[in-house]
Amino acid sequence: MTLLRDVARWFAEPAHYRGTDAVQARLLEHVEVSGLAVLIGVLLALPLGLYLGHTGRLGFVAVNVANIGRAIPSLAAIALAIPVAGTLLGAQNALGFWPTFLAMVPLAIPPILTNTYVAVRGVDRDVTEAARGMGLSEAGILRGIELPLAMPLILAGIRTAAVSVVATATLGAVVAFGGLGRYIVDGLALREYDRLMAGALLVALLAIVVEFTFGALERLSVSPGIRSERRAF
Amino acid sequence: MIPGEPLIRWDWIASHLDEYAFRLVEHVQLTVIAVGVGFVIAFALSLLILRMPRTETPITWVTGTLYTIPSLALFVILVPYTGFTILTAEIGLVSYTLLILIRNIVRGIRGVPAEVREAAVGMGYAPREMLWRIELPLALAVIMAGVRLATITTIGLVTVTSLIGQGGFGFLILIGIQRFFTTELIAGAVLSVALAVVADALLVLLQRRLTPWARAA
Repeated sequence: MTLLRDVARWFAEPAHYRGTDAVQARLLEHVEVSGLAVLIGVLLALPLGLYLGHTGRLGFVAVNVANIGRAIPSLAAIALAIPVAGTLLGAQNALGFWPTFLAMVPLAIPPILTNTYVAVRGVDRDVTEAARGMGLSEAGILRGIELPLAMPLILAGIRTAAVSVVATATLGAVVAFGGLGRYIVDGLALREYDRLMAGALLVALLAIVVEFTFGALERLSVSPGIRSERRAF
Repeated sequence: MIPGEPLIRWDWIASHLDEYAFRLVEHVQLTVIAVGVGFVIAFALSLLILRMPRTETPITWVTGTLYTIPSLALFVILVPYTGFTILTAEIGLVSYTLLILIRNIVRGIRGVPAEVREAAVGMGYAPREMLWRIELPLALAVIMAGVRLATITTIGLVTVTSLIGQGGFGFLILIGIQRFFTTELIAGAVLSVALAVVADALLVLLQRRLTPWARAA
């Protein structure tokens, strides 16, 4: 158990809270790039999923895009993003923030798109028909009926995206990005196990906090009359 | 990304086919062990959940938490204890398969219609016989969906084990990144995705072979 003591000592060391390699700085980097990627993912996937779900178009594509997303491993996505970033943004941007970010956005889109589509499709046709009969416009149905009913499942999709994005940001350290993965990769390279374990613990904690926060949001977003557990995947 | 260097040097790939074959075997090995061992553990835990529903919440909670932890963190947490070994990689990989497999096995067996079960009881099936001859065959489609998902996910995660000295095609990706050599990096990424697609197709074929009655429907 000397390792646990070393890790505790690592966390207690004031030097680890100063400069560019400070815990709070690495955490901020990690959260910033993850939040940005999820935000872009939501902006792209949510309107598309709502539109496809409302009209019922391209259902096969919307459902299967999630499986394709799963087949592309995050390390491969980051690797492939290196030449993409290098070609589009110049060789000086081929490592660091850009390949990490470029790999994260496509990984964030599939779960949000699929869940949004499935959620909107899953809204009872009788309810939307009744709304249409009462004179609601298509946009009104989407905003007032389908979106609120679909919200828990949409948030579940965003949660899946956020958790996988946080994991991918960790791998960003392999391509010279900062974030909490830095401690893991440097700890591995230098065989400094206290640093390695500290990084792993911080990353694991962050992922679990993200998971629980979105889980709580999901439960809050269910309208009280229809509380029941739903999750597409 | 070295100026004047093409993105992919085909001649380099052609002269390193034996290395690619070696990495393919490594990748498949890591995946098969993980999904195989994961399935055995998941199957036992699923039977426990079906027999004692009270165990469902703690088991789902633990496997769900393991699934949430980013792969790199989970792999390296064990390094100080089990070193840069295949064991370290497999413990992490197996952990990730559990949530998906348990969910599908339990859902599949619970989905067997009550009438079918009653008919089997009426025909004199003992519980063990019922599990193997009635419930599992009927649950196979849902279980196989879980196996497919677990396999695809594992093939992706194997690439990350390159950081702890394993990795299959992930080793090519890592070397490609470290040497800034795009040929190796693209080859590793594309091959691991291709392996996932091929494995998924093979499992679909296996599922058809195992459930001949589903084709008639």
